Amino acid sequence: MRFEAPTSVDAAIKLLEGEPGVVRILAGGTDVLVQLRYGQVEPDLMVDIKRIAAMRSIDEEDGGYRIGAAVSGIEIGAHAGLRKLWPGVVEAMELIGSTQIQGRATLVGNLCNASPAADSVPAMVAAEATCRIFGPNGHRDIPVHNLASAPGETTLGRAELVGSIYLPSRRPNSGDAYLRFIPRTEMDIAVVGTGVSLEMDLDGVCKNARVALGAVAARVLLVDEAASALIGSRVDAAALENLSHAAAAACSPIDDKRGTKEFRTKITGVLVRRTAQIALQRSQE
Amino acid sequence: MTQTHVSTIVNGDAVEFLCETDETLLDVLRDRLTLTGSKEGCGSGDCGACSILLDNRLVCSCLVLGVEAQDREIETIEGMASGDELHPLQRKFIEHAALQCGICTPGFLIAAKALLAQNPDPTETEVRYWLAGNLCRCTGYDKIITAVIDAAAEMRGNV
Amino acid sequence: MGTHEPAFDVVGTRPLRPDGVEKVTGSAKFGADLTAPGMLVGKILRSSHAHARIRSIDTSKAEALPGVKAVITCKNFDKAKISPAKQNILCNIMAQEKALYDGHAVAAVAAISNQIARKALRLIEVDYEVLAHVTDVEEAMRPSAPVIQDDMFTVGVTPQPTQASNIAKRSEFGHGDVEKGFSQADVIIERQFKTAATHQGYIEPHACLANVTQDGQGELWCCTQGHFMVREVCAELIGMDISKLRVTASEIGGGFGGKTTVFIEPVALVLSREAGRPVKIVMSRDEVFRASGPTSSTSMRVKIGAKNDGIFTACEAELKYQGGAFADSPVQLGAMSAFACYNLENVKTVGYDVATNRPKNVAYRAPGAPMAAYAVESVVAEIADRLGIDQLELRLKNAAREGTKSSYGPVFKRMGLVETLQAAKVHDHYSAPLGPNQGRGVASGFWFNFGGQTCVSLNINVDGTIAIAVGTPDIGGSRASMCLMAAEELGIAYDNVRTIIADTSSLGYNDVTDGSRATFASGLAIINAARDAKAKLCARAAKTWDIPAEAVIWENGCAKPAGANAGNFAPLSLAEIAANAEKTGGPIAGHFEVNAGGAGVSFATHIVDAEVDRETGFVKILRYTVAQDAGKAVHPSYVEGQFQGGAVQGIGWAINEEYIYGEDGKLQNPGFLDYRIPVASDLPMIDTVIVEVPNPGHPYGVRGVGETSIVPPLAAISNAVSAAAGVRLTELPMSPPRVLKALEDSPDR
Repeated sequence: MRFEAPTSVDAAIKLLEGEPGVVRILAGGTDVLVQLRYGQVEPDLMVDIKRIAAMRSIDEEDGGYRIGAAVSGIEIGAHAGLRKLWPGVVEAMELIGSTQIQGRATLVGNLCNASPAADSVPAMVAAEATCRIFGPNGHRDIPVHNLASAPGETTLGRAELVGSIYLPSRRPNSGDAYLRFIPRTEMDIAVVGTGVSLEMDLDGVCKNARVALGAVAARVLLVDEAASALIGSRVDAAALENLSHAAAAACSPIDDKRGTKEFRTKITGVLVRRTAQIALQRSQE
Repeated sequence: MTQTHVSTIVNGDAVEFLCETDETLLDVLRDRLTLTGSKEGCGSGDCGACSILLDNRLVCSCLVLGVEAQDREIETIEGMASGDELHPLQRKFIEHAALQCGICTPGFLIAAKALLAQNPDPTETEVRYWLAGNLCRCTGYDKIITAVIDAAAEMRGNV
Repeated sequence: MGTHEPAFDVVGTRPLRPDGVEKVTGSAKFGADLTAPGMLVGKILRSSHAHARIRSIDTSKAEALPGVKAVITCKNFDKAKISPAKQNILCNIMAQEKALYDGHAVAAVAAISNQIARKALRLIEVDYEVLAHVTDVEEAMRPSAPVIQDDMFTVGVTPQPTQASNIAKRSEFGHGDVEKGFSQADVIIERQFKTAATHQGYIEPHACLANVTQDGQGELWCCTQGHFMVREVCAELIGMDISKLRVTASEIGGGFGGKTTVFIEPVALVLSREAGRPVKIVMSRDEVFRASGPTSSTSMRVKIGAKNDGIFTACEAELKYQGGAFADSPVQLGAMSAFACYNLENVKTVGYDVATNRPKNVAYRAPGAPMAAYAVESVVAEIADRLGIDQLELRLKNAAREGTKSSYGPVFKRMGLVETLQAAKVHDHYSAPLGPNQGRGVASGFWFNFGGQTCVSLNINVDGTIAIAVGTPDIGGSRASMCLMAAEELGIAYDNVRTIIADTSSLGYNDVTDGSRATFASGLAIINAARDAKAKLCARAAKTWDIPAEAVIWENGCAKPAGANAGNFAPLSLAEIAANAEKTGGPIAGHFEVNAGGAGVSFATHIVDAEVDRETGFVKILRYTVAQDAGKAVHPSYVEGQFQGGAVQGIGWAINEEYIYGEDGKLQNPGFLDYRIPVASDLPMIDTVIVEVPNPGHPYGVRGVGETSIVPPLAAISNAVSAAAGVRLTELPMSPPRVLKALEDSPDR
């Protein structure tokens, strides 16, 4: 395995372009090194992006924040502005793994690993985050929701990599939240994850909402029907009940060691309601 | 296979080593630098027995490549005591019987040190969540939590 | 034997453990921490089929790979020369005609690097004929089930079947007439229970370093609970005289019963013999889960009858435990221990030991008892609720005491069950208020405790310090207890005593550290070795004073004349006698060898509060209290540690831990990510009450404490969760999906 640690995006893209074999990007390494250790992948080239300065920072941009691909969970959690703007996304990132994992794991890594159970992704999808993709022909921005195509697979083309995530500015009277269900209190992969972002008007009626679900389908789901259950309501008990039903109805999970279809579907209904309640509370703060 | 040359700092000393590109930092520490205090309990970041500080940040050394250590600073359990003088956490772990078999102890000590560096007065709940990535199968964690809280109190008193 | 309830000077205090500094500085050497010049890396190829006939293994490509120094298969072991008792061990460490479970070793390589060893494994071609498999205990017992061992004919039924099956053995215990007892009952409750298989979950994977030299002598360094056992088993499996194999126990990173057998050690020795170089094998975590130690999954039925006043009239249990591919389940111990907490006229337990396509079962902390206690104590709790009797009162009414004929035969000697129940009753935990969706459970538990073959040596150094050699590996701080007992007996300071774990060539045979025996048996041997040394010290003093040896006594660490008639001499301290030893007859040492009986039964009662999230089935443990009889707590901190550790392993077993097999018979969760042992944030502090009812079988009254603490938790937690949920749970683990399902199926909903 060839190991390279370029110091610019261009150099990284050139390395990717020049390698005909299996390539892996190394940011936090919390997924790829496990795959390496257990023989699930044998890359010909590993490109460490942590020495690219542009990928190491969190920058304010148009009232939102751009988060570099090599920024770790601990840095995201420590960023007061980010935490204030999108607390749900920050919490989702912080739920991933242990303190040790937080020292390394990145938002972009969580996204590009393309697991349907990735904690940060439903929160980012609810937040309408975009990711910036660099490649041989420059860069392009796409919604975070469009990056994963199937478990472990992305829409990235040859010699492309994700350089950053952009979390947009937030409207007044809006709030976001993310909750996941795990059997323990820490260290588990989400059995279900629910991200909700909503905007209320001055009369206390929900103007906009985005509801995203993790670990209940092959990809993270953005459920319009669930959002519709909130929009136009006061996010009261009846609306939350409708939200639960709509979210549960959208689930098409699998049975596996982490949960059954039946359990995942039920928990989605419970969790999405609790998440919306937190988002609502935040919109009023 | 051509090995890669890496220059780094381990426990304050400049160190150079050769390693395979796919070798973990844990394997480098244990097999090449004979620092066997860091343990491999899982190889997947789930047990914390290989915890080290990398540029002062708590990480699992099984989830870091040896080649990534270039120009970094590493602290392992072997660097925790100053000469003959144990770190307060090390002393409190012994005093409170916070270890039974001792295999997880180096990881817990490094993780606890990182905690107290950024939160000198943690609550029991904060200690428990911070250390959730360090598995102990012997003690039920009880005496570990007590030892960390007691060490924190002593360290605050010393400031 | 010995005095009862004596006053102690140092026993019962909490000094620093002698190996503490090594363990907090990272210098302690565990299984994987040793290296040797020229060392090779050993790796094992494992079956990914649950059940398959091995038609052939082609190792030629692996052998041809540069850097590979040895490749071995079952052909490198001489099966015909192995005794019947060890045939299963051989078949487990290297598959013979068939691979019997996902993870079963089929070949091994030794190479100059990790990378080359891994590559070599991929070059080994195994031709498998995949066979039907079975992993569930009930399914394995059906006549239509695939038969795993062609020569397994059920033992314990008459006439013995002539057709092979997966039922290895039926065993039965009890006395009286249960049918008559049930006919006298006012209330009878009968329930069916299931528990999932769990793993000991020690954090240190199995590791060893073997070196067999050209002259046929071998050295082995490994993490084990019993290096003498390792020596004896390995010597036989590889065809070596016992005297030619020296085994050194490394520090051991947890065992809990799982390191009481061999897995990789004979393989490393054979690889080393073939390669002519030292070979180190370290299991990866997935190998630990797939190929070492789990305990049984079970299916159990328990029936208890009681009078309206709560007195049990009859107790009956049928226990079915699967014991992996070789049917090594601890069901017999489960059947013996199931009702041991109770004084019963009519009791009957039947156990079935069943083979499945799972890893060979290895002991796990109080093997077999936690599951049986789970079923029994669940039904006991229901009887109490049905009759409106307080949980602890009902247990006190029926409790076994000194003189009770136990459910497994023997009459109990002095024991502390009642005292643990009383301690629980007066503990403020038992009467603390509970909130909504919270429930409290209690349960009692029993463990036999073992003694066994033990040999120690106690050497008196010229400066008056003591060097003790024991042969029972120290898993949880037992060296501190050994030093305390020697200091107590000799009347000297704790700091003047050092205890090491001697290698197999330096000490006589010692049984494995199991059955909670180390502090009991090695401690008993040390006390007696110290008494042996004291007699010799007195004789040396007598010689110095030129008076008869009988005229000298040992008091407060000194030899003294027995009385005025013996003469008027100033006392001679141990250090003074030691300094003069060369002139009075040479080195002074105490020895003791014993097959220790009298281990003394052990009981505990646990109280636990749990909260259930009625929408998700999530269970949170809020508060936990352990009351256990330690006989005499030699080092109370480490006794508490055993109580706490056992309770928390029980919490894991009760709530989340389980072996999950797919339809294909492969283990789905061979890692700490999805085999979910408790993490720090899952738990409350674990309160402990050390009850001390001296064991008449030990000079200081010590009872083993390591295992009993895992017996009550499964039941206590199930009782708490059932109380919180308002519905009786009957299957472990009580993972959120199961709890939610039970809540939904509950008639009250």
